[in-house]
Amino acid sequence: MSLQNRYDFVLLFDVKDGNPNGDPDAGNLPRVDAETGQGLVTDVSLKRKVRNFIGLLKEEQPPYEIYVKEKAILNKQHERAYQAIPGGAEILASDDKKRKGGDKVEEARQWMCHNFYDVRTFGAVMSTGVNCGQVRGPVQMTFARSVDPVIASEHSITRMAVATEKEAEKQDGDNRTMGRKFTVPYGLYVAHGFISAHLADQTGFSDGDLELLWQALGNMFEHDRSAARGEMSTRGLYVFKHDSKLGNAQAFSLFERIKAELKDKHAVPRHFSDYTVTVDADNLPNGVELLTLVG
Amino acid sequence: MQTFCLEVSGDFACFTRPEMKVERVSYDVITPSAARAVFEAIFWKPAIRWHIRRIEVLKPIRWINLRRNEVSGVVPAGAVKSAMKQGKGNLGMYVEEDRQQRAGLFLRDVRYRLHAEFEMLNNNPENNPLKFAEMFKRRASKGQCFNQPYLGTREFSCDFRLVEADTAPAQPLPETRELGWMLYDMDFADTTNPMPRFFQANMQDGVIHVPAWDSEEIRG
Repeated sequence: MSLQNRYDFVLLFDVKDGNPNGDPDAGNLPRVDAETGQGLVTDVSLKRKVRNFIGLLKEEQPPYEIYVKEKAILNKQHERAYQAIPGGAEILASDDKKRKGGDKVEEARQWMCHNFYDVRTFGAVMSTGVNCGQVRGPVQMTFARSVDPVIASEHSITRMAVATEKEAEKQDGDNRTMGRKFTVPYGLYVAHGFISAHLADQTGFSDGDLELLWQALGNMFEHDRSAARGEMSTRGLYVFKHDSKLGNAQAFSLFERIKAELKDKHAVPRHFSDYTVTVDADNLPNGVELLTLVG
Repeated sequence: MQTFCLEVSGDFACFTRPEMKVERVSYDVITPSAARAVFEAIFWKPAIRWHIRRIEVLKPIRWINLRRNEVSGVVPAGAVKSAMKQGKGNLGMYVEEDRQQRAGLFLRDVRYRLHAEFEMLNNNPENNPLKFAEMFKRRASKGQCFNQPYLGTREFSCDFRLVEADTAPAQPLPETRELGWMLYDMDFADTTNPMPRFFQANMQDGVIHVPAWDSEEIRG
């Protein structure tokens, strides 16, 4: 069953003493909007975490396999048995003949969508030689931006070992190396997302897949612990459900209803409790429902 | 022909110059092609074609530089087909092995007013232009869309608002600038080999007049 509703969502997450998304251009400093000082986390960084969470949860089995993988979650099993498209025959039969006929690319695309969660969620580019082998996914996310400016602090750290013998000789057996680590003391970030029911039709993104996406957005940071990240967690997930496929209101007018503000404007935020999140659920436009999944 | 106006705005935008698409560099302003896609994201039928007539630039042209990890590969259709046939295989792409870091020079904090009209492609009497015009207006004024429109690339989604005829006129940026040759749109006449077409963009007090698609000012 394909989606019958358009969704727009607001994701609130925070980071404490960690680097939510390093900037390769700036020696892995946390990304910062140079003009406003607000921290940034790219859409692709968030999508990576969704993929990893789904990969972990569904153990990389079709139809929830992940196409764009990180090695860390790679299964030992290299040969993967694909179901010979259960329901695939119907998918193809239900399509109008024009798209099915002729090229096999369309069939391959449907098959990829069926087997890989990330392909049917975010889309993928298939090389076919001709400019037509693309899957546009229904889920679109924007850069996340911190509510207030963040300060990146640099920490020097030491290691009581060296990597090579040559280095050891140089130091006369002192064997110490210094490293650097960057953190944001605290940052509350807001990301916006959109789910198009029409594009979901085209990739077969279902209500079940949507449930998984909400689950992933709520829990993805819990499984992304590392030395660099510090403490990250989802603090809010507010979903605007439109009662039609096309939607019933401007996405950005809905997003304005979710506001995070510092309780004390002059205080330096160090914890989520320093913020108040106001959710304006009054007089929602006709046919729009607000679901608070986290928060 | 009735002209429709949308006001679009967003935090970022990237209208990639075709000559600098590896490390993406955006054009100074939205291209007619990207503007057309905004209209199409809201309403489009095979019976119509959108034409952009005028672009009003409402905010100063500002930039931001960002570098991201990207992958260089695409899904190999051949491998997919063989995995389909055999019922097994090893698909998947390992990002560490296929990584590229690409910088991008993007626009930030943009706002435009886009003026467009649509052309009817055939004379099927069932296709009433008035019907399409009303459908577009209804959708745009309610914030409905087929998919969320975006400014050049999908991560830079945009806010859109229908500008009614009685709305106060825009206050375009008081700046006149030659923007040079800019992508107009892709010519899909030959669907297997679409060719780009260009025009000389000229911003007069923040307003860019977009010549007609079939005019002499458009070069392939």
